Amino acid sequence: METAAEQHHEAPAGFVRRYIFSTDHKVIAKQYMILSLTMALIGGFTAYLIRWQLAWPETDIPGWGPIGPDNYNAIITMHGTVMVFFVAMPFLLGAFGNYLIPLMIGARDMAFPRLNMMSFWTVFTASVVLTISMFVPGGPAAAGWTGYAPLSDNPIYTGVTWGQNLWILALALEFGSFLMGGINFLTTALNMRAPGMTLWRLPLVVWMELTAAVVFLLSVGPLIAGALMLLADRTLGTGFFRPDRGGDPLLWEHLFWFFGHPEVYVVALPGFGIMLEVMPVFARKPIFGYRTMVWSTIAAGLLSFIVWAHHMFVSGMDPRLATPFSVTTILISVPFALLVFSMIATVWGGSITLTTPMLFALGGLATFIIGGVTGIFLGSATTDIFLHGTYFVVAHFHYTLFPVTFFGGFAGLYYWYPKMFGRMMNETLGKIHFWFTFVFFNAIFIPLFAVGTHGSPRRIYELSSYTYLQPFQYLHVIATYATIGLFIGQLPFIVNFIGSMVRGKRAADNPWDANTLEWATTSPPPHENFEHIPVVYRDPYEYSVPGENEDWIPQTRPEPQIVYAAAD
Amino acid sequence: MSVGIETASHKAYTEGETTGIPMGKIGIWWFLASEVMVFGGLIGAYVLFRIANGGWADQAEHVNWRLGAINTLVLVTSSLTMILALSAGRSGRHQRAANFLLATVLLGLTFLGIKGVEYSREIAEGFTPASGMFWSFYFLMTGLHGIHVIGGIVFNATLYIAAVRGTLWSEHHEDRLEFAGLYWHFVDVVWIFLFPLLYLA
Repeated sequence: METAAEQHHEAPAGFVRRYIFSTDHKVIAKQYMILSLTMALIGGFTAYLIRWQLAWPETDIPGWGPIGPDNYNAIITMHGTVMVFFVAMPFLLGAFGNYLIPLMIGARDMAFPRLNMMSFWTVFTASVVLTISMFVPGGPAAAGWTGYAPLSDNPIYTGVTWGQNLWILALALEFGSFLMGGINFLTTALNMRAPGMTLWRLPLVVWMELTAAVVFLLSVGPLIAGALMLLADRTLGTGFFRPDRGGDPLLWEHLFWFFGHPEVYVVALPGFGIMLEVMPVFARKPIFGYRTMVWSTIAAGLLSFIVWAHHMFVSGMDPRLATPFSVTTILISVPFALLVFSMIATVWGGSITLTTPMLFALGGLATFIIGGVTGIFLGSATTDIFLHGTYFVVAHFHYTLFPVTFFGGFAGLYYWYPKMFGRMMNETLGKIHFWFTFVFFNAIFIPLFAVGTHGSPRRIYELSSYTYLQPFQYLHVIATYATIGLFIGQLPFIVNFIGSMVRGKRAADNPWDANTLEWATTSPPPHENFEHIPVVYRDPYEYSVPGENEDWIPQTRPEPQIVYAAAD
Repeated sequence: MSVGIETASHKAYTEGETTGIPMGKIGIWWFLASEVMVFGGLIGAYVLFRIANGGWADQAEHVNWRLGAINTLVLVTSSLTMILALSAGRSGRHQRAANFLLATVLLGLTFLGIKGVEYSREIAEGFTPASGMFWSFYFLMTGLHGIHVIGGIVFNATLYIAAVRGTLWSEHHEDRLEFAGLYWHFVDVVWIFLFPLLYLA
């Protein structure tokens, strides 16, 4: 396999090789970003349909019409699938992982550039397959994003035939893509580091992308096996998950959540990493406890493999399993609490500048804490049995994944946009975007915690038949108005994102006075990233070092004694 | 500010060699780690299911353990020829290495041929993936393994062509023989697990 180190040449001249089938990690990163933001439009539109139906059941939805119960199930399935697999993963791993890892470690490209290109086009194909599945006869998959058997297994329950098969195919392609991507991330970060870039000098976001890659790599296998079994059940007449043929639907739940729970950390860790890059820069302080953060990340990665059955407390599995899985679940909140406290300690007492990326990072931290704390209610079997299957779970889930995907992702997007596109984004539009997103996100999901504790079940098309829930229907209406507000709040972002590419102020090489290596090259970086491969002398977060004239010291600045020795 | 590499107190730097391990080797090991989890999940599900459901002995007695044993021998031998190809290639005996690669490819094809005979006999006797849980697992596990064998044969065959043409024998490309070997041994090891679990248990 041809590796980046072996090929040194100029950027290809043709349009197709340069912008479409490119092997440049920076172009591929932008492709991932555009793909994920496009898929987010589909994911967002389905959220709007769901919210409207829940607030004003069975009315005409502007821009769509009424939705029936079958369509409702298909729509929530597509919302979850699109958002987790085709927005969060391509955005946080595909776009930021691809863009940042080579630049931050001082490499010219990924270890396997052509494999990298293939990863993108595989996930692109997966997105096309999933989009096509929405229009096939029988409709798209309607068994939820978790694809629970036997709902997903036997077409008589949902009436969906090809939609479900294509859903499995789309996920299989998506997994293949991120496996190739993960292998590339890990090989690159192990072998392509610039001189002096030891593992303990890696920026935290690189550590977190790598941990996410390992966790994904080692957790997805059993689900790939499960997907093959599901496909065989649907097409070859086997019965792995069908009790009438001797199978067991619980097996699917185990295989799914063995991957599904680590997947939360696959998405969460890169989002955390981005926030951790942004915070020290705009607080002008070093990361509090860098090595503790690295060990916490690794500990969270390891523990994520032994918590999965907390999704299954009411599934009918052996109840003796509930206690050990409760314990491991509470245990995994320890490394995450360390990460959160480190973020607070990093910004505490700093010279904080509330730029748009900093606002998104702080907003992500504030909202993630709510997600983390409510996780303790659900991780403990005793309270989970009451709350399971209610909107409390929906709200908790969105309070963990929305902060990392959108607050973390937008923090990164506003922060690295000058590097990616060579122009600054508009701060005013950015701040409007932040406040709309922050206020309306909370206004959607705080009411859902409330309806959840009052016993409102999730995954139900029409809630008005539950008379005990009628006093709380107004909360669903608030959440729906807030959803519309959240979408209106994204318009300034779209204007800003596209408009700044043409009209934004030209960005300096290092507009934020940051230390890490991506700021040591031009904005945007040249084809192979660096004029000369940089030499690394320092830790990534040396801000406000006492006795220095400036409050930042780039990783490439030699220690004084080394300069002295070299001049000798 | 650009700092020349020679001014740094670091040892001579070559791009892409931070750890000294070849890039492709790191990649293939991570790939195999993920593959271990795919087969691990499948084998784990099979073992637990079988223990929980009374053993399926009535279904399992119909597999042809003799052909399975022969196939085990074929695959283990092909792993040996793969190693011999690598060792011959490393010591510069290129013709010999090409011959051993060809032997590995042919043994892989033999394995698939015997497996095909088994499948056709079983299907003729009425045992299909839908004939019960044991048969579902049997066809899925051996089928997935078979796909991996096909992949390995294609990989080895391209190396054989490169070896005959002489394009394999350069410093960078010679490593590919080792990477192909790692994958091929993995495919062999999976079978070493599948054979007792499916044919003897």
